[in-house]
Amino acid sequence: MINKIVSTVSEAVADINDGATVMIGGFGPAGQPAELIDALIAQGAKDLTIVNNNAGNGETGLAALLKARRVRKIICSFPRQVDSQVFDALYRAGDIELELVPQGNLAERIRAAGAGIGGFFTPTAYGTDLAKGKETRLINGRGYVLEFPIHADFALIKAERGDRWGNLVYRKTARNFGPIMATAARCAIAQVHEIVELGTLDPEAIITPGIFVKRVLRVERSAAGSDAGIRAA
Amino acid sequence: MNKLNRDQMAARVARDIPEGAVVNLGIGLPTLVANHLPRDREILLHSENGVLGMGPAPAAGEEDYDLINAGKQPVTLLRGGSFFHHADSFGMMRGGHLDFCVLGAFQVSACGDLANWHTGAPDAIPAVGGAMDLAIGAKQVFVMMEHLTKQGESKIVEHCSYPLTGVGCVNRIYTDLAVIDVTPQGLRVLEIVEGLSFEELVRLSGVPMRRAQAKAYA
Repeated sequence: MINKIVSTVSEAVADINDGATVMIGGFGPAGQPAELIDALIAQGAKDLTIVNNNAGNGETGLAALLKARRVRKIICSFPRQVDSQVFDALYRAGDIELELVPQGNLAERIRAAGAGIGGFFTPTAYGTDLAKGKETRLINGRGYVLEFPIHADFALIKAERGDRWGNLVYRKTARNFGPIMATAARCAIAQVHEIVELGTLDPEAIITPGIFVKRVLRVERSAAGSDAGIRAA
Repeated sequence: MNKLNRDQMAARVARDIPEGAVVNLGIGLPTLVANHLPRDREILLHSENGVLGMGPAPAAGEEDYDLINAGKQPVTLLRGGSFFHHADSFGMMRGGHLDFCVLGAFQVSACGDLANWHTGAPDAIPAVGGAMDLAIGAKQVFVMMEHLTKQGESKIVEHCSYPLTGVGCVNRIYTDLAVIDVTPQGLRVLEIVEGLSFEELVRLSGVPMRRAQAKAYA
């Protein structure tokens, strides 16, 4: 019997190794797998490369992982925010490496990894500083930049519901990077608010088919992050 | 002269968004355009974090932080709206499915180069987000900005001194002084605010411009 359900958060992240590349879902707090990140901090893996849209907000979640100095490098599109003080300080001190990627290129590089694409030409960033040193090509008179996939060892994502085969559905804009990160990692770990019996999820509406997911963990809605708003609503 | 305020600028941009258009409004000044879209037109707002058919801000107490816009503020979804992941969302831009985007800018050059993501200052932490994808991704790219910096320098320039967001990507510029098209023949002034002459506009801008049959602005 296939059963991807794990019962504890520490079990879910137990084998994340030092030096691993870890994708973390979320666009700001929406879709951020806060409990998995906390478990990763407790687990102690270090020298990590993190892939996320941002570089942490406030002092919790990804920001706390950065603050614990477990991250060697971050690949993201929008590190600087009003509450990105943890990243800002590390960056200014030269204590973290930043690979800045336009948001759509970030998404497509992740998608490409999951789809087995070796590289692709994109018009985004052509002629800008973020394309410096990269191969370019004129195709039908338009300039394109060669970009390569981003593979990961692990992906930590948050979904709304899942089953023991790893099928997932998401909630509103908390979907963001979850579906593509699940495809790009060797081991995708999903925290969900509800685990349902096999056959309960409408097969026409499953967003991430279970083939992309290795572990599913149920996590109660908490009062933190984007969950707070769900409760209030 | 009668400079336009931010809301007047937003209203002016909104007038040019036609029925049926799919539009992405950038963070900051462009967000105001949503408040001025004519109610008799069905216009779909796209938000790059994965929403099509985005509605206005929710009533107090109704916020759902799983339903946010690109600026991470709570929004609502219109009937018929949809959610999708990031690769699809940026495919909508890059694939040429988006009719318009409205962006803020530090500078726009006479040939439509856009600089809006980074001042290039050595101590600034760079952050690009979806700016470069939007700049090349919509069929029509509108820029909305004050015409002059606080120091009185023109933000419409011969060549951008700030790092570029996109090359030759801007189609039209809306400022507090004028509406200007970027054409293969250079900048073409469509409208000027009351009390400002074409010659004075060109002098303030410091770049060559041609005039269409210039109308009074707004």
